Amino acid sequence: MIAHVTRRGLLSGLGLGLGALTLGLDLSAAPQRSTATVHAAFDPSVFIHVATDNTIQLVCHRSEMGQGIRSTWVYLFADEMDADVETITLVQADGDAAYGDQNTDGSSSIRRRYTELRRFAATARRALLEAAASQWRVKPESLTVKDSMVSHAASKRSATFGELAVAAAKAKLPPPARVTLKEKKDLRYIGKEIPMADAPLFATGKAAYAADVRLDGMLVAVIARPPVLGATLMAVDDSAAKKIPGVKQIVRMPPASEPYAFKPWGGVAVLADNTWAAMRGRAALELTWASSPHGSYDSAAYKQSMAAAVQKPGEERRNKGDAEAALKAASTMVERDYYVPHLLHTPMEPPAATARMVNGGLEVWACTQNPQTATTSAAEAAGVKPEDVVVHVTFLGGAFGRKSKGDFVAEAAFLAKTTGKPVRVQWTREDDIQHDYFNAVSMQRFTAGLDAGGKVTAWRHRTAFPPIASTFSAGADTPSERDLQQGVLDLALAVPNVRAEAVSASAHVRIGWLRSVYNIFHGFGVGSFIDELATAKKQDPRDTWLELIGPARQMSLSDLGIKGLSNYGASLKDHPVDAGRLKGVIERVTAEAKWSQRGPRALGLAAHRSFLAYVATVVSVKKVGSKVAVDEVWVTIDAGTVVNPDRARAQMEGSVIFGMNLALHGGVEFAKGMPTASNFHDLKLLRIGDAPRKIHVTLVDSDRPPSGVGEPGVPPVAPALANAFFALEGKRLRDLPFGRAFGMS
Amino acid sequence: MIEVQINGKKHQLDVEPDMPILWVLRDVLGLTGTKYGCGQALCGACTVHLDGRVVRACVTPVSRAAGKSVTTIEGLTAKGDHPLQKAWVDLKVPQCGFCQSGQIMTAAALLKKKPRPTDAEIDQSMAGNLCRCGTYTRIRAAIKRASEEGR
Repeated sequence: MIAHVTRRGLLSGLGLGLGALTLGLDLSAAPQRSTATVHAAFDPSVFIHVATDNTIQLVCHRSEMGQGIRSTWVYLFADEMDADVETITLVQADGDAAYGDQNTDGSSSIRRRYTELRRFAATARRALLEAAASQWRVKPESLTVKDSMVSHAASKRSATFGELAVAAAKAKLPPPARVTLKEKKDLRYIGKEIPMADAPLFATGKAAYAADVRLDGMLVAVIARPPVLGATLMAVDDSAAKKIPGVKQIVRMPPASEPYAFKPWGGVAVLADNTWAAMRGRAALELTWASSPHGSYDSAAYKQSMAAAVQKPGEERRNKGDAEAALKAASTMVERDYYVPHLLHTPMEPPAATARMVNGGLEVWACTQNPQTATTSAAEAAGVKPEDVVVHVTFLGGAFGRKSKGDFVAEAAFLAKTTGKPVRVQWTREDDIQHDYFNAVSMQRFTAGLDAGGKVTAWRHRTAFPPIASTFSAGADTPSERDLQQGVLDLALAVPNVRAEAVSASAHVRIGWLRSVYNIFHGFGVGSFIDELATAKKQDPRDTWLELIGPARQMSLSDLGIKGLSNYGASLKDHPVDAGRLKGVIERVTAEAKWSQRGPRALGLAAHRSFLAYVATVVSVKKVGSKVAVDEVWVTIDAGTVVNPDRARAQMEGSVIFGMNLALHGGVEFAKGMPTASNFHDLKLLRIGDAPRKIHVTLVDSDRPPSGVGEPGVPPVAPALANAFFALEGKRLRDLPFGRAFGMS
Repeated sequence: MIEVQINGKKHQLDVEPDMPILWVLRDVLGLTGTKYGCGQALCGACTVHLDGRVVRACVTPVSRAAGKSVTTIEGLTAKGDHPLQKAWVDLKVPQCGFCQSGQIMTAAALLKKKPRPTDAEIDQSMAGNLCRCGTYTRIRAAIKRASEEGR
């Protein structure tokens, strides 16, 4: 769908239109006004604006949080438009439904839009080319385009995009039949080494994140939130807080109510003229909280109850053959349980958002992955209409799913409305850890039956975890198909009898999605259990993986034993469950790691399909003094077409560290309804000395449609680590985190 | 009034003496390149130089900087062309970028003291700087690249 844009006149009194914030700010100037007002002559889509001075403003409606989408964006469009990269200014989009879905989540920016974006660019190119053809009365086929210049070689005529913009705008956009995409051999940037446009900003401290927004008269708010989900405020003594120099105002936040969704938590906000005073003011508050039904939530007890629950049958969600009968008939049975605690996002930038009322509307700056839901959360909290809210997106200092949730934006909106002043809400690290949307805690039981020859004849997988749905619908305790597609339903197995069951579990904290989500624990369980089966079979683990996956084939729903697969929103035709690709990455990564010639090296292997990508990981560990060190890691990803190979490699490197973090250091446990960690002294994160000496990444060369890249590297890391540890020490690690076994915590 | 030289410029600061340098930089002077990450000297996002030595600005009261010189990422170089900054761009070290000011400031102090650090010295010096995106292997490579350029 390509249409000429009608720009929404949001907060038009300020002259704010489309894309109000360029992210490389001169921070000496407050960025309260648009620095990128568009005066384009030719707007062939909401993303592309060609000006008569031959510049192009390109709108990126995805949030930049470390995945490098802004660079990918520029070069993807430039390639298909044959535009001069130097003439392109990238504009970060405000929240606006005109762009379609903006939620930068689910590893979806490229995989869901690749062809569509290229068509936008190709249509713009074709329109400019046709404008030249009609001016010069020549056939479009006789023209060439390069670096924003259309040329007619025979008559030696040429014109820039800028010179053609007015004529192109007057003509009708060419219909799809006249627009063709480049062939792979003609691509200039896609799939090649793409420069990182924002790197100089990051290396000089000039990139503007949410906490860097400065407005005249702005107050900084630090909020004391309920220590336990659902605890309400009984009494406040703010006399000491008011005496702190710089503290200006103390505001009671509206109490939170179920479902908690993206609503503020409640509590008390201390507003001051600087962050430090606000933090000190909050520390000086004397608060009395009422008890909450979640106040007895205790991780040790909860783990026990889940361990008991997975001993009994759950709801059948996948069934092929007759696993129960095959288990009874098996000559050997292997049964193992795996536990993964609540995991945290802890982006290096704690959540922050700034809001102010303008002409009865609300203007917001936030490090949000989803400016559209941030808009509705802010509107609801401030009691204004969503169409009177504009949300500017800053750089995100890490996000990992945390910043899809607009709770912190809603807090800023509420305070701006209540005080009438510009307010920045600043979360402290303690706030971030204690009031996260935690990844679901989980317990899984795997049971396999082996025949006398050691062949696996039955596979039963039970999974228990409180689902994300509980955050949006109080009491929800049973996973949906969309939850179970993540590593349970889409697992390619060449086992005749397969059964998967869901066991219900209730939530006592806000459950949210974290980079690769349920794939984290399903990948850990599956990847660990296959290694345990290798031990039972006295087989090389790689051979067990390949045997269990079976021959290269595309799995039908009946092969899988399921009735449907939401498949991350993609069709099974474009993205089938492909056993061959899973097998392929295992063969490739083990070749790269010289698995067969491993000698005394202790290697661990795991593989996983998620977000339509196939990833296999080999980890090499060794004893260094009292520690078990991760020496080298090999990652192979088959992500189909890759637009920006360097950033895909960077995502794999980052995923290795992310996976090591959750495996070795885990997340948090709860006691009396509260997390037992508060900052980086009791919540350990991996430091440089524990990072692998080397991470080798292989991208499988492929012309298939693109899959996700940001998340799929995470799930195989924890099981590969546990399997490597077994290879070294002969001991199984089935409960996360296991850093203590590595001598790391 | 506290007199502090910041990025080569003298400032008379009318702030409470126990206000951490981080908040003086960010909230009083508008120098936002130095980041808040933990407030307890645990993550290194706020790293600056005090008379050339690495300090965590989030726990260092401004009174400790009286009569001294503070260098932040904004003052490391005028043009962003420190060998480390060039190596960071060339090797595409950053992902989200948030921790990188602190990483570069810590690395700059290391290279000043040890122009050719070993792997172990790099790991030891950079141990106070967390990166959640996981850029550690590229940070090591970039420090080595910069150290070679400095030879």
